[in-house]
Formats: sequence, structure tokens, C-alpha cells
Amino acid sequence: MDTETQHEIQAKSKKQKKKMKSQKKREKLKKDAVEKDAVEECKEGDKPPEIAFPPTFSVSEIKNKQRRHFMFMKYKQEKRKEKLQLKKKKKKEREALGDAAPPKPVPKTIENQRIYDETTVDPEDEEVAFDEGTDEFSAYFNKLTNPKVLITTSDRPRGRTVRFCEQLATVIPHAHVYYRRGLALKRVIPQCVARDFTYLMVVNEDRKVPNGLVLCHLPDGPTAHFKVSSVRLRKEMKRRGKEPTEHHPEVILNNFTTRLGHSIGRLFAALFPHDPQFVGRQVATFHNQRDFIFFRFHRYIFKNEKRVGIQELGPRFTLKLRSLQKGTFDSKFGEYEWVHKRHEMDSSRRKFHL
Amino acid sequence: MADKSQICSVWVGSETGILKGVSLAKKQAFNFCEMSSLSRDQEVCALCWGDAQESEVLVGCANGTVKTFSTEKGIFTESRQCGDGWQGKFTGLAVTDSALVTCVESGLVNVWKEGSTDTVEINAGSSVCRMRQNPSQRHRVATGGKENGLKVWDLERPDSPIFTAKNVRNDWLDLRVPEWVRDMAFIPDSEKIVTCTGHHQVRVYDPASPQRRPVLEAEFGEYPFTALSLPCSPGSVVVGNTQGQVAMLDLRKGLVRGCLKGLAGAVRGLQCHPSLPLVASCGLDRFLRIHSLEDRSLQHKVYLKSRLNCVLLSSRDLEAGPPAADTDVEVKEKDEVEDEISEVGITLL
Repeated sequence: MDTETQHEIQAKSKKQKKKMKSQKKREKLKKDAVEKDAVEECKEGDKPPEIAFPPTFSVSEIKNKQRRHFMFMKYKQEKRKEKLQLKKKKKKEREALGDAAPPKPVPKTIENQRIYDETTVDPEDEEVAFDEGTDEFSAYFNKLTNPKVLITTSDRPRGRTVRFCEQLATVIPHAHVYYRRGLALKRVIPQCVARDFTYLMVVNEDRKVPNGLVLCHLPDGPTAHFKVSSVRLRKEMKRRGKEPTEHHPEVILNNFTTRLGHSIGRLFAALFPHDPQFVGRQVATFHNQRDFIFFRFHRYIFKNEKRVGIQELGPRFTLKLRSLQKGTFDSKFGEYEWVHKRHEMDSSRRKFHL
Repeated sequence: MADKSQICSVWVGSETGILKGVSLAKKQAFNFCEMSSLSRDQEVCALCWGDAQESEVLVGCANGTVKTFSTEKGIFTESRQCGDGWQGKFTGLAVTDSALVTCVESGLVNVWKEGSTDTVEINAGSSVCRMRQNPSQRHRVATGGKENGLKVWDLERPDSPIFTAKNVRNDWLDLRVPEWVRDMAFIPDSEKIVTCTGHHQVRVYDPASPQRRPVLEAEFGEYPFTALSLPCSPGSVVVGNTQGQVAMLDLRKGLVRGCLKGLAGAVRGLQCHPSLPLVASCGLDRFLRIHSLEDRSLQHKVYLKSRLNCVLLSSRDLEAGPPAADTDVEVKEKDEVEDEISEVGITLL
């Protein structure tokens, strides 16, 4: 009888389910002990069972290792069973309710909990449209200029950086890789402008690993500075396709919603020629998630009317914006439109800038 | 338009050529321009009050026109061509008794007298970055720029400057120190002038003393200063640089009193309230921010959609409504205005 009431209490407490894990663990063990001791108690007489046990009893207190392991496994199994039962029950309830079932709760992520950014661009906003229509990229978007990209590195590149540049040049049409030859960027830029380059791309390396990217739009800016991480070259990629062709790829820009994000998105879009050659079936993707920009390069195929197959061609890398500077590269006297200030800006994990 | 412009206490000029009015009390922002006739050559380069009652705002555009905006009527009442666009953008705008003073990047300071076509021309040297007027002696202006030291001019005697600063001594390698005055201000109740440079120095000059070199030099950060403003309390100066760092410096020893946080991009315009411990800053990050100078906390933050070039504060209490003359009108309008908030879609923090 006593055990039954105990069980009931246990069951009730489990229904309430609001207790801490450790507490539950303790209770469960208590329950086992109760079962054992209850037999003894019946012999001894009626005593309140709570007094008989030390209040803090846990699996870890069992000295015998085998026994401890056994108890712990048992506890785990019990818990799993319970969980599955609860799940089943919920599913049944949901089925029973049919259409009237409450909608499934959406999991909380830091992206959908994002702090609202007041600079989020409204596509119907006249002022932003005018600002974007007359900015430095407007010549490209009005189809007046064709992109031509110069790719170079920090001085004396080694190892992966060289290959990274070569592979970037196969992704971006009309890209030319040049050896830096120890030249200062401020002296390179006028020569690039004179030769009708529209972009200067500088890959920085540290200990043979590419770690920075300066993307400078010519002739009059802006200049963006990115941190580069997780570079994976073609050779290191699993299940990659054949070498990319020389067709102009399509460009996908994902999640660039704020005013700053728009500027960065336009900066990437203007790297590629206007009209993609769909024969090549190649896509370059810049996907922004939590202010990290993921670059992927794919080839796609329509298998039938519904299904599409994709094949990654590589390389892949991740960018994070450090600063956006007005005008061409001038880190000393240039005016910055946006600078990432870690201690001031990263106070909330739910605040994103792009 | 009139009811909108009367409640505005902060005026901001943008790179897209829009004059923006912000009402901090109502937490609203308005654009005062025709959206159909926007163009980049109307970029607002300078702002100043047209009269002592602050009923007119003078707007200097990049194409060389100076427009007069009436804050009572809420419309542009007058437009005047002051020089050509090719001489550079306006670097300063000032009003003396019945005359308008303009300065362009090429170094030409012009005094445009009311009603007459003849002008007084002063050549202040090449690449002038800023011209400022002495608020107490309104016929005195200061100019300075790149490789163009501080000069103080008397507009009544335009032949030669009344004060020319001398460059500091050569450095320890006996090399010439480059000059680059980016902004300056007259310290009230004294002859002194404080300047900030493109080489992150703040210098104080004293024309009253025989010394033509700075009497005080302070440094802050490592990026060029772009703007400077004097708060109402004496003995300090607020400077901003190209990375959005704004600091309050003490003018007695040149030490940093504190930094203002929250800016993301270069500062273009900085102005302190003439009587309250408040400072307004705007810049390339498209936000107008108002900080308190007492505890250095951010009071207001307004997203204004375009890059901002200059800011102008009215001398009344920023949080208060329009001037007391028409308070009863305001009460009626309040409900209408609150309805508009959702339309305008600009929120203040």
C-alpha cells in the first residue's frame, strides 16, 4: 500500500515535470530504494518512509562501479521510454484533433529572434531607391560598364593562397591574377583605373593561409574589407564536379536586407557580368547568415520537372565584413561608412548588421 | 508642410540633396524636398541659420546655390546662385548683418551683399576644408585646409588676414610637419581658436598672444578628425574622426575626458547645443545621434536613410515642442501627428 502511494506521488510529480533533472534522478533512485526498503519496513512496522533515506542520494554515490553503471543505464532507459511515450501521446492527440490541432511551435533561433534593424530596406522606399540608383555601382547596374577584375595577393604569397587566387579567377569571369611584386595598393589603383579595371581584389595571407580579402570597386569606391575563413579549395572537396566552364555564372545573393547589406550585395553583384549564360548551368551563391557570408559555386541540372540536382564545383569560403570604406583603398585617410566595433556592436547575439 | 517644419528642432543635410527635419519631442523625421527632382548635385554641403530668430535655414548645395528654407512656412522661399559648381563644394556658410558669406573648396571666400551685385572676394589659399564664423564678432571668419594653415579674416578689411598661424616646429628628424586643418571653432569669451587636423591633432591658437604657433596641442586616436564642436560648458571640445570615434577633450591639458559610443561610420557633422549639455552627430552611417555630454549616454538615434553631411541644432530645448507662440495649435495637431508616425516609418530609439 505504502509503495503504491509512493508510486502515485512519483507519477504525479512526473506529470508536473517541472523539476530539475538532477532532482528527478534522485527521486528515481529514491523510488528504487523505496521498493527495496518497503519490504523491510513492512516487517519492522509503519514508519514514515522519508526519514529512512538520506535526502541526497545519487547514482554517483554508489561505490560499486558495475552496479553504478547498471543503475545509470537503467535510469537512462527509463527516461528514454518516458520521452518516447510522451511523444507518442502528443502525436495521438494531434491526430485526434485533426485540423483543429494547434500549430506546431516554431523553434527559437537567434535568427528568428533577431532584433529589428531600422535600416531594413523597404523596396518601395523612394529615397533609398534614389540613393542606390545614383551610387558608385549605378554605372554597372545601368549596363554602362562591364566588370573586369584584378586579383592579387599580399606580398610573396605561398601555398594555398596562390591556388585560391587561381580558383577565384575561374569563378569570376574577366578576372586577371597578377603577382603583387611588392607594389603599394595606392599606386596600383591608378594604374588599374587607367586600364579599365572595375575591381581590385586583394587576398591577404598569414602563415600560408588566406585570411583577409580587400574588395575595392574602381574608379571611386567603395572598398570593403572582409575576414576570410574556412577556405576549401577544389582538391579538398568531396564529390565535386568537373572543372567549371568559362560561361558567365548566375549570381544568388541571399539575406542582404539592411541598408549596409544592400551595399555589400551590390558590391558582390557587380563582380559578375550582367547577362548570365544559362548554358553553363553554373551558379555563384553569396549566402548571408548571422553576418557571415558563405560563398558556394555550383552546377545544377534539371533531372525532371520537379527535381534539380546540384554539384559543387568549389572553392568555398566564408567572409565576414570588417569595414566598408567610402572611396578607393585608403586605410589611413579614408572615410569609413561602417566599421565593425566588436565591443560596442556585438553586445547582443541577436543583433545583425547585414 | 508648415506644421511639420515648426516642430522640428534638428536639421540635417544629406548627400542626396534632401534637407531633413527631426522632431525629437514627437520622435519623427521629415524630408523637405521634392522627391521627383532629386539629384546628387544638390548635395547639402553646409547649413546655417539665416537669422537670429532661427526662422530661416540657409542650405548650401554642391552646385553652388544657396537656398533659403523657412521653418515657419516649411518651404524653400528663395534660391540664390553663389558661385559656380566647378570651384568646389561649399565648405562654410555664414550670415553677417545683411550679407551672406560663402566659402568654397578652392579657397574663395565671397561676401554677397543683400540687394547689390558686387561682392567682396577673399582668396584664402587652396583646398580649404572649413570656414567658420566668430559667433560674437560676426564679421570675423576663420579658414583652414590642407597645407593651408589657420587664417582669421576681417570681412571689413579683406586685403590681408588679421591672424595667420605658423606651422609647428620641425619634428625630431628635422622634417616639416604636414598641415591639414579640418575644422575650427572660436572659443567664446576669449580670442582663442581651436582647430582639429587630419593628422589627429587638436590645436589651440591664441591670436592675442605674440605666439603664432599653437599654445596647446593634443592628440586623440590615429585617424583623421573630420569635425569639431564646442559645448556650452567652457574648457572642453568635442571632436569626431573618420572611424566614428567621438571624444570630449579637455582644453586645459589636452586630456581625453570621455568618448561617445555608438557611432558606426565617419563623422561628418557635429554640433553641440548652445545651452544644454547635448551633442548631435551625423555621418556616413546614415544615423543622427544625440548624446548627453554629462553621462555620455546615447539619448536619441534616428535613421535618416541617406548619408548625412551636416547638422544644425536649434537653440531652444530640443525635446520641447515648437516655440511657445502657438502652443494651443499644437495640442489640436497632436492627434493628427501621432497618426502620421506609422506613415513616416522612422523610429527613434
